[in-house]
Amino acid sequence: MSPFSGAVTRAAEAVPTAVAASGTFQLIWLLIALPLAGAAILLLAGRRSDRWGHWLGVLASTASFVVAVVLFVGLLGESADQRTITQHLFDWIAVGTFDVPVDLRLDQLSMTFVLLITGVGTLIHVYSVGYMSHDRDRRRFFGYLNLFVASMLLLVLADNYLLLYVGWEGVGLASYLLIGFWYFKDTAAVASKKAFVVNRVGDVGLSLAVMIMFVTFGSVTFDGVLGSASQASEQSLTWIGLALLLAAAGKSAQFPLQSWLLDAMEGPTPVSALIHAATMVTAGVYLIVRSGAIFDAAPAARTAVIVVGAITLLMGAIIGCAKDDIKKALAGSTMSQIGYMILAAGLGPVGYSFAIFHLLLHGFFKADMFLGAGSVMHGMNDQVNMRRYGALRTVMKVTWITFACGWLAILGVPPFAGFYSKDKIIEAAFSVSTAAGIVTLLGAGITAFYMTRLFAMTFHGEARWHDDAHPHESPWIMMFPVAVLALLSAVAGFVLNYNNMFVDWLEPVTHGVEPSLSVAGWVVPTTALVLVAIGAALAWIPYATRPVPLVAPAGNLLTRAARADLYGDAVNEAVFMRPGQYLTRWLVWFDNRVVDGVVNGTAATIGGLSGRTRRLQTGFVRSYALSMLGGAAVVAAALVLVRL
Amino acid sequence: MNAALAAVTGSFDIPTIEYSALAPILIVLGAAVVSVLVEALVPQAYRRTLQLVITFAALVGALVAVVALWGTQQIVAMGSVAVDGPTLFMQGSILVLSAIAALVMAERRVDPAGDSFAPRASALPGSEDEQAFTRLGWLQTEVWTLFLFCVGGLLLFPASTDLLTMFVALEVLSLPLYIMVGLARRRRLLSQEASLKYFVLGAFSSAFFLYGTALLYGYAGTVSLSGIADALGASAGDTGLVLAGVALLSVGLLFKVGAAPFHQWTPDVYQGSPTSITGFMAACIKVAAFGALLRVMYVALGGIRWDWRPMMYVIAALTMIVGTLFALTQTDIKRMLAYSAIAQAGFMLVGVVATNAAGLEGTMVYLLAYGVATVGAFAIVTLVRDTTGEATHLSQWAGLGKRSPVVAAAFALFLLAFAGIPLTSGFTGKFAVFTAGIAGGATPIVVIGVVASAVAAFFYIRVIVLMFFNEPAAEGGPSVVIPSAFTTLAITVAVALTLVIGVLPQLVFDLVSQAGLFVR
Repeated sequence: MSPFSGAVTRAAEAVPTAVAASGTFQLIWLLIALPLAGAAILLLAGRRSDRWGHWLGVLASTASFVVAVVLFVGLLGESADQRTITQHLFDWIAVGTFDVPVDLRLDQLSMTFVLLITGVGTLIHVYSVGYMSHDRDRRRFFGYLNLFVASMLLLVLADNYLLLYVGWEGVGLASYLLIGFWYFKDTAAVASKKAFVVNRVGDVGLSLAVMIMFVTFGSVTFDGVLGSASQASEQSLTWIGLALLLAAAGKSAQFPLQSWLLDAMEGPTPVSALIHAATMVTAGVYLIVRSGAIFDAAPAARTAVIVVGAITLLMGAIIGCAKDDIKKALAGSTMSQIGYMILAAGLGPVGYSFAIFHLLLHGFFKADMFLGAGSVMHGMNDQVNMRRYGALRTVMKVTWITFACGWLAILGVPPFAGFYSKDKIIEAAFSVSTAAGIVTLLGAGITAFYMTRLFAMTFHGEARWHDDAHPHESPWIMMFPVAVLALLSAVAGFVLNYNNMFVDWLEPVTHGVEPSLSVAGWVVPTTALVLVAIGAALAWIPYATRPVPLVAPAGNLLTRAARADLYGDAVNEAVFMRPGQYLTRWLVWFDNRVVDGVVNGTAATIGGLSGRTRRLQTGFVRSYALSMLGGAAVVAAALVLVRL
Repeated sequence: MNAALAAVTGSFDIPTIEYSALAPILIVLGAAVVSVLVEALVPQAYRRTLQLVITFAALVGALVAVVALWGTQQIVAMGSVAVDGPTLFMQGSILVLSAIAALVMAERRVDPAGDSFAPRASALPGSEDEQAFTRLGWLQTEVWTLFLFCVGGLLLFPASTDLLTMFVALEVLSLPLYIMVGLARRRRLLSQEASLKYFVLGAFSSAFFLYGTALLYGYAGTVSLSGIADALGASAGDTGLVLAGVALLSVGLLFKVGAAPFHQWTPDVYQGSPTSITGFMAACIKVAAFGALLRVMYVALGGIRWDWRPMMYVIAALTMIVGTLFALTQTDIKRMLAYSAIAQAGFMLVGVVATNAAGLEGTMVYLLAYGVATVGAFAIVTLVRDTTGEATHLSQWAGLGKRSPVVAAAFALFLLAFAGIPLTSGFTGKFAVFTAGIAGGATPIVVIGVVASAVAAFFYIRVIVLMFFNEPAAEGGPSVVIPSAFTTLAITVAVALTLVIGVLPQLVFDLVSQAGLFVR
């Protein structure tokens, strides 16, 4: 019994008919409004709410989760083709043919995201109550977290690309604020700036995509764009697809915009878990899967997606192998795992469902491991260098066991979660292109190596702690959420895969197709498991059974390159930053003829106030007039040239 | 057609003037004349009150007239003034923005010496006379007369349908402005230098405008925009004259909108002027000049748009790039806003090169959105002061959000609007002109525009970060002065409009689509 409808009928039913919200479904707006209200209260009330602010944050997120569960139960009560609900809130812009309503769209895809965001989000809110208990700005932290949850929900619930863009900017803002939360640390301030700049590059892609969509289709709603995608020219669709890919690369830290994610680990660890692992960084995957109808009709754009996913998958994994900072190793892993998802999304209908399946399960096990890392740091005086860990299983039993669940899940050891989604992605990749298949298999092997290395260096081997470290288990308020996530990492894959439950649920949106392979069904999983076993063994032997040096050995060329993030920053610096600096310096020099010497790029100290008030502009009118004359000549010449 | 030219040919028609359709312009110019009399005849003690009453009554009265005329589509005053949708929209925008700017100009609590204008503009900077005037606490009110004449010119500029009327309007709005720029109470030398620069370069650009007019007259035998369009349609005459005329005329107009490479006066003049005047000119002149530019390009030169569009592409791209890049390196808030205004002019030029109805509508939306945020932003600049006057160095704004969260939040809102972040007015405007640009076939320019606005967001956000996340400068640094009801009202209105245009852009889009096209 095949639950799939097949690709042939796809174009006709690219967008399921939407049903207007009624009854329970009129609550959809509450999903966003609750955390938004929480953020507003926490950020406006100021210090007055310091004592109870964090609990309000938790409450807002929990309430949103409860609404999500109610809606989910409601959706289950509908038949599969009636599960696309739209709620009209108000008309944002409606001018002649240009119509942008503020509509929310709840369907199987957005419901999945809503449950992930509010569910994992709430757990991380609870965890943060403990983790941030010593921070005097804890209330502000919860305000930002609520702002993030609201923006992310808007992103996935929007029924048109313009509203999605609002959410897209909102999560970018929240991410920026949270990476730089400890703004007094220079590294955090620089990292948040970098994330901002790189994300702006991605945002350019999204805004271009939205504008080309509007000009091509006369609409930016999902129905208007995706429903008539088959009628547009392939060229327009390719451009839209590439612009969307640029947007996805920025938000999801994919090649060539990957460099910000590793630095983003400067934010508090709960932020790394929620925003930079489980939810926001997967927005790119959502965007591509949601825009499937465009990529289906633009093969060139789709190939670009696969290539970007494949490159990032390997890059992230290689970087993860060389990092000694536990959070950066996990960040490399996140890049790599999102590479898997992007690659799967690029495979088309054979991959969409598994991209989302892997995204969901990754949300569980990666959040589990990040929170575990946070727990380790909590007990180790915020030490992040794994060479100073070791043997922590003896003192942090709960952290050890919960982390092991995440570790086995990402390795893809049955019956842990990753097994069910990653193997399917590998199979789907092989069904489309052997090269993509090999990359995903190779990635699985490397993943096993670096995750085992991380796990062994942290919890096994011998203790390499600093003398003043007194590792202890974290309080229950931190470990309870971790335990829930560990449980989900252990069983969610098996449960959701039972009887193809999850894939069937998504089918009306993704129109999934079963990958067809020329080899027997057991070959791919077995090969993958063998590679995983080899990778894990290669890491386990040196890092768990032999002493780990306290100072990292020089390493070979690849190791050194991986430690330097595969020179991502060096490339950025050479190609963008240094020319930019030269340009700035030249502009300042140029401008200095106009202003005087106080300009120097960074905020200079105030000085010589009296001198400043007497200051003259030294820009000469005659040179201004000359440039006007030159400009006029150029304008005239341009007109004549065009006529010729 | 034109009264002046009819006289040359020997016959003489008694000109007919449709006073009601010209009411907005006549009310403001009439008030300006009354204001001159007030200066001459009324004792000093009553002048300020009376001038304020006259000014606001004129602005409100003119706005009422604009609303009453809404929907009119006719050419009046012997074919020299068009009262159509775009005219009325621009006039309405100019009046609203002028009123907000006038509120800031009326402020007398912020500067301990009285107001922000020189007691006697004629006194030499630093001279004993000036010190004496300051000691005596003299305050002048002539600025209101100049202001009203300037607004009158601004109202006529985008409505003119022949190049001579347009030139007269240009001079009527420019001459008072040259003086107003030189009126700053503090940093008098900077202010007077700005005034002189603006005057010299403005005169230079007027010459370009006039020469272009002459050449086009030589080609078409008329200065009326529709007459030029007809002559171009018949394509008789010397094309060399047309191209040279178009080039010189464009230079004159592009100077006023502050497009590169005719922009260099902007930072100097914006920095030197009294800040309330800077806000007024940055917002209102942009609206009027773009109104005139759009009318010339769409009505008179629409037929040869394939000739001038490539030139405008280059200008638009250059303006966006120059404005954005130079803004990145500025450390003075007024200069930064000046370069930002140049970049914004570049974004608006995308709407001009679109040469379609959407381009016209988009530019009008953008102008209003930008104008409101600009007056608001400069109003806030007047409030951040230390003992020597306004504290305009960026480093002095560090930590402002900690000490004055409300003012800093309002400033942040205006910056977000400039950056075009969704849910603020700037996003609405950018989206409108950029989509119009793509629809008009100017995709490469739109790509440059989107990239430039992404880069521009950086220096806007940098100021927000500076205000909220940096530690304040040492003790004794600048602080936010609590203003009187005038400035408070101005900032409140600007904040409210910025939010409304961002969240409910429908209202403005309805207005501009009702406004329709230029009447010919």
